[in-house]
Amino acid sequence: MQFGLTETQTTLKNTVRKFLAAECPPAEVRKQMETETAFDAALWRKIAEQGWTGIIFPEEYGGFGMGMVEMAATLEEMGRALLPGPFSSTVLLAGSLVEAAGNDGQKKQYLGSICRGEAKATVALLEDSASWSRDAVQMKATGLTLNGRKLFVPDAAVADFLLVVARMDGDLAVFVVPSNAKGLRITNLPAMDATRKLYEVTFDNVAAELLAHGSHARAALDRALDIATVGLVAEMTGGMQRLLEITVEYAKTRKQFGRAIGEFQAVQHQCADMLVYTESSRSAAYYAAYAIQEGIPEARLAVSVAKAYASDAYREVGNRAIQVHGGMGFTWENDVHLFYRRAKASEVAYGDAAFHRERIAKVVVDGKVGSAEEEKVLATDAHG
Amino acid sequence: MDLNLTPTELGFRDQVRAWLAANVPADWEKHRTEDEMLARFEFLRDWQKKVFQAGWAGIAWPKEYGGRGATLMEQVIFTEEMARAGAPPLANVLGLMLIGPTIIAFGTDAQKKRFLPNILSADEIWCQGFSEPNAGSDLANVRTEAKLDGDHYVINGQKVWTSYGWAADWCALLTRSDPNSAKHKGLSYILVDMKSPGVEVRPLRQLTGESEFCELFFRDVRVPAENVLGQVGDGWNVALGTLMHERATLGAGMQVAFKRQFDRLVELSHTIQRNGHTAAEDPVMRQKLAQSFIEIEIMRLNQMRAITRINQKGVPGPEGSIQKIFWTELNQRFQQVAAELLGPYVQLTKGDRAIDDGGWAYSFLRTRGNTIEAGTSEIQRNIVGHFVLGLPKSY
Repeated sequence: MQFGLTETQTTLKNTVRKFLAAECPPAEVRKQMETETAFDAALWRKIAEQGWTGIIFPEEYGGFGMGMVEMAATLEEMGRALLPGPFSSTVLLAGSLVEAAGNDGQKKQYLGSICRGEAKATVALLEDSASWSRDAVQMKATGLTLNGRKLFVPDAAVADFLLVVARMDGDLAVFVVPSNAKGLRITNLPAMDATRKLYEVTFDNVAAELLAHGSHARAALDRALDIATVGLVAEMTGGMQRLLEITVEYAKTRKQFGRAIGEFQAVQHQCADMLVYTESSRSAAYYAAYAIQEGIPEARLAVSVAKAYASDAYREVGNRAIQVHGGMGFTWENDVHLFYRRAKASEVAYGDAAFHRERIAKVVVDGKVGSAEEEKVLATDAHG
Repeated sequence: MDLNLTPTELGFRDQVRAWLAANVPADWEKHRTEDEMLARFEFLRDWQKKVFQAGWAGIAWPKEYGGRGATLMEQVIFTEEMARAGAPPLANVLGLMLIGPTIIAFGTDAQKKRFLPNILSADEIWCQGFSEPNAGSDLANVRTEAKLDGDHYVINGQKVWTSYGWAADWCALLTRSDPNSAKHKGLSYILVDMKSPGVEVRPLRQLTGESEFCELFFRDVRVPAENVLGQVGDGWNVALGTLMHERATLGAGMQVAFKRQFDRLVELSHTIQRNGHTAAEDPVMRQKLAQSFIEIEIMRLNQMRAITRINQKGVPGPEGSIQKIFWTELNQRFQQVAAELLGPYVQLTKGDRAIDDGGWAYSFLRTRGNTIEAGTSEIQRNIVGHFVLGLPKSY
């Protein structure tokens, strides 16, 4: 048994860290978050040149063909650097959804353009109910025409195409819509985390292309959300790690009563708690990544365990970080609040702790297995 | 990352499982709840003998001293399987988990030959004499004196919170051998025969009502000088080895035990009423049960990472404190969830109306000790702050 990164995985993680330290230092994060879309085309091109836009996708579509653990290691570093922009929405959310829902031609076109770094994309799922349950989707497709409204769509303004989840003939379906489609309107929703913008998207008789319908669509959506959630938890872990480092450093240098405040146990114990939260989130994140990679039956449960825990942990690590920083932690100049804002956005993305606890209860209290039917459909589809 | 057991480990697990299925005493529950402490202890001693004779005691210990010479992973598998089978604990738990490994690390060949086989067979039960009335969290303040007199040390002093003191044949005693020394220097770790003249054991009743702990008094107790473990004056380092083992291994079987308790609580949640429906249908209880599941699961994952680290580095490190903080506080939260779920029934300690023979009432009270024993949560956080995060020493 070996629960840890291999040498190759560690090398990848260090490469990502070095790259982001050079290309996306805190000053750059601040610069990008002040822009309208928090997107920088030059940085995106460099990320694509590294192959990371295709990190988990098959080589036949231009991907890197790496596993979920490599993905988690990469995302941990992106979260640590607070990388702004549409990486997660494009690669993990939209990319995984195209891979799971599309046919070969669609994958060549849409997934290929994501892998090559040519296209950014996003998924429009949430509506007024703001529920992450796929059963809450109300928006209807009449034939291949979409009408209605989606909320909390990440990075929609920079996306080249949107994947839209709607109901067709009573069942769930996944469509693809180019962002310049007639009848599509994208409006910014000013939000806490300025490093990743959120949008309202309205559809007025928008023509769409169908990717998947029925059980296939449901299974594809579950898989994409699971992958995106694991990536998010890895990012959150990286954010916690950075907050811990910043805070410990501050506690060592800031002096009161003639000594470093880190010498006081009241401060030291806050830092110790931050470490416990961070390490526990890390365990949960990498286990969930491994579980998806290996296709173990409890993978969905592992995803929920990780997201539920990290949702509370990141916020709590942020609380402690601000507290230890004292007045400095409450200023705009100090970077702590940037992570704190990201923590809140991450907490509510893909279901908050309460959402995932209920999902866990359905399995461990009610004894209901995740989505066995859909898993089966997906497995058949993947092999057939 | 590879969390699969190797074919050898799987074979080992199946072997352990089969042996436990055939040998775990069926009447253990009855002994656990009905026996007096001493009778129960004799039952557990017999059980350990049986385990030892079958070759399952001291799994990771060297073969030449009666161990199995197997890997740490196999030790972990055995511990987990014991918990999974609901097997009785082994009587000589401190000898097996703490003192034996310390003797293996620091003992002379003669000491290893003399003490290790009897730890495994439960012929000699061990306790650990570390804490004193004025040396609790400040353990280095130990005052119990060991004065050299010819080829013997003469011991005078008092120890407290000594688990299994009432059953012990031997005591691993932390003493001050240099009266002019202070704190971590001048301490010696001495192995003391509890039948020596001048040793007095007084039971100490704890808040659960049991007397698991004792006070030990030493009055002019003569111990052969060859019973010092490690170097004279180096007792702090020897003791530290024990403490690290304590923190690294104490949680191993605990996780499986918590999961068993959790599964039982879920079972109960389907029959116990809360707010007009079963607890299993109550949205608040569902959230709390799920949170307990999350924490028990993360304890398992943290444990796997800790074992991987020990395997790579060869010794447990200060990271063990993270584990200890995590599992002790999770257990306190979990027992509170159980108490809320059981409602008024949780108070009942015995009798027909008590759920699970009052086991939940006991667990609820017992878990308060978790954040105190084997180093308080405050001390663990000091260790994490200083030794892991590199913050200045606070005391």
